[in-house]
Amino acid sequence: MILTLVGVSNGTLHESARRARGTGADIFFRPPGTSVLSSLSSSPMSDKLPAILANEPHVVLATGTIVQPLELFDSITGFDMDQFAKMSGGFRFVQGGLPVQDTDLIVDEPYAREKHLQVGSTLNLISHQWRVSGIYLPGKAARICVKLAVLQDFTGNPHRLSQIYLKIDDPDRAQAVVDALRAKYPGYQIYTMEYFTSMLSVNNLGLLRNFTYVVIGIAMIVGFIVVFMAMYTAVLERTREIGILKAVGSSSGLILSMLMRETLLLAILGTVLGILLTYFTQWLMLHVVPNSLVQETVYAWWPIAAGVAIVGALIGAIIPGIKAVRQDATEALSYE
Amino acid sequence: MSETPIIQVRQLTKTYRVGDVDVQALRGVDLEVSRGEFIAVVGTSGSGKSTLFNILGGLTPPTSGSVHINGRDLSHMTNAERTNLRKDTVGFVFQKYNLLPTLSAEDNIKIVKYIGGHDTEFDAPFKEVLNLLGIADRLKHKPRALSGGQQQRVAIARAIVNRPAILLADEPTGNLDSQNSAAVLKLLKDLNERLGQTILMITHDEEAAAYSHRRVHMRDGQLL
Ligand SMILES: Nc1ncnc2c1ncn2[C@@H]1O[C@H](COP(=O)(O)OP(=O)(O)O)[C@@H](O)[C@H]1O
Ligand SMILES: [Mg+2]
Repeated sequence: MILTLVGVSNGTLHESARRARGTGADIFFRPPGTSVLSSLSSSPMSDKLPAILANEPHVVLATGTIVQPLELFDSITGFDMDQFAKMSGGFRFVQGGLPVQDTDLIVDEPYAREKHLQVGSTLNLISHQWRVSGIYLPGKAARICVKLAVLQDFTGNPHRLSQIYLKIDDPDRAQAVVDALRAKYPGYQIYTMEYFTSMLSVNNLGLLRNFTYVVIGIAMIVGFIVVFMAMYTAVLERTREIGILKAVGSSSGLILSMLMRETLLLAILGTVLGILLTYFTQWLMLHVVPNSLVQETVYAWWPIAAGVAIVGALIGAIIPGIKAVRQDATEALSYE
Repeated sequence: MSETPIIQVRQLTKTYRVGDVDVQALRGVDLEVSRGEFIAVVGTSGSGKSTLFNILGGLTPPTSGSVHINGRDLSHMTNAERTNLRKDTVGFVFQKYNLLPTLSAEDNIKIVKYIGGHDTEFDAPFKEVLNLLGIADRLKHKPRALSGGQQQRVAIARAIVNRPAILLADEPTGNLDSQNSAAVLKLLKDLNERLGQTILMITHDEEAAAYSHRRVHMRDGQLL
């Protein structure tokens, strides 16, 4: 359970980073006053800006997008399809193609699978009816894309952009270009793609990190209690067996060491089983809700989860174990 | 050697404290048992028979009096010393067979050998004992797959595997039908005659007592 939770939070972020890289952009340009990570900004940049930025030294290409958040983890992104295709190398469609009509939209494959969409399917988003014109391979910045102008219209933000992607001639000079742009456009949030993706890790996301810690903490406590209680009752039920062992002459130390060895083995087996289970939940998430949560295997947490299981099991076993070996053999024998 | 009794009990008392009430289970028991004897202890329920056995086997300490087994004084032994006594000097057979349910019959016997610090392989004489007990072909089974009579015979094998000086059997036939009872009693008699095993057996049943050399009667915590 602990491993699943850690895996989900890490995986979801890494997936975001992967998608961001899929844009093919080198630099990220956002209006002042937004957080690095939110894609939920209002859209205060003029759509004249990309043309201006494209004339900056080293900038090859500049394309603006507008992002409209939907419920939960999804958002809908408006692209200048031609410009974006030039920057990212274009969408790779498995079905259909680019939007033709204004109310056409394209989605990535996992989203289509989750929502059972085909080319020609219709769906209702931000109070408009849309028709799916294409389904593309994932990893391209967004999951639901429409024409830029259409989304600007529908959201009441004509000629406004929420972020601009820049492509430069030499990706190794991204940081230098960012520095130059920062000097020229003070207040704007300008980052290299590298920096942006590095921000997308669990440890850099304050709120999400705290949330994850709370959830993991609860999972650890619950896991500990479950293991502890299971061992406690299991050993209590074996009080009689411990009495038998005493009656045939085994010392308390021998009984406890046998008990500990058995418990340790059990805890290790349980941990291995738990790890296998995370692979199952991973598979489950991939096939049942591919769009919202991505679970990763976080190897660093294996020993932590194993530690919780082993410590919980040993403490759960030793308490009734000591109780049983301390009491008179005749009493332990009469335990039903 | 056979001159000194293997068990020598003098003025033994045992008082259980249950809440504020003292229960006098034994009130001055005197008993001598020679090596190789087969003794039946008979008496009504609650007369203190099991208590006497538990003290002889070192499962509970006596309140006063002296108990010598094989020349060693039990009344001054620590818990650990009494545990050691059970390992090699005393074997127990209970009314409720008290086998470990998760182990096979064979492992139930072997774990006792292991606890006693012996090699867990059965030697030839012990294999003969297993044949005598009629369980040689049932050793791979778990206790629950065995009949009551078979379980009790496994329990007897377990009790004597470390060659204890005395075998204490507390109502060994209490849960068995008459046919199985007769078989188990005959086995005890055989063990006594062939191996010279000293046996003390508690029983309600006069018929069972008839297998022994000598009967002692117990009433209200005293031997008559
Ligand atoms: N562990 C104990 N705690 C308190 N009283 C006990 C305990 N064991 C036995 N007694 C009491 O001691 C007396 C003798 O019991 P026991 O030796 O079991 O008799 P028997 O085996 O002859 O039936 C009984 O009155 C019984 O209630
Ligand atoms: Mg009794």
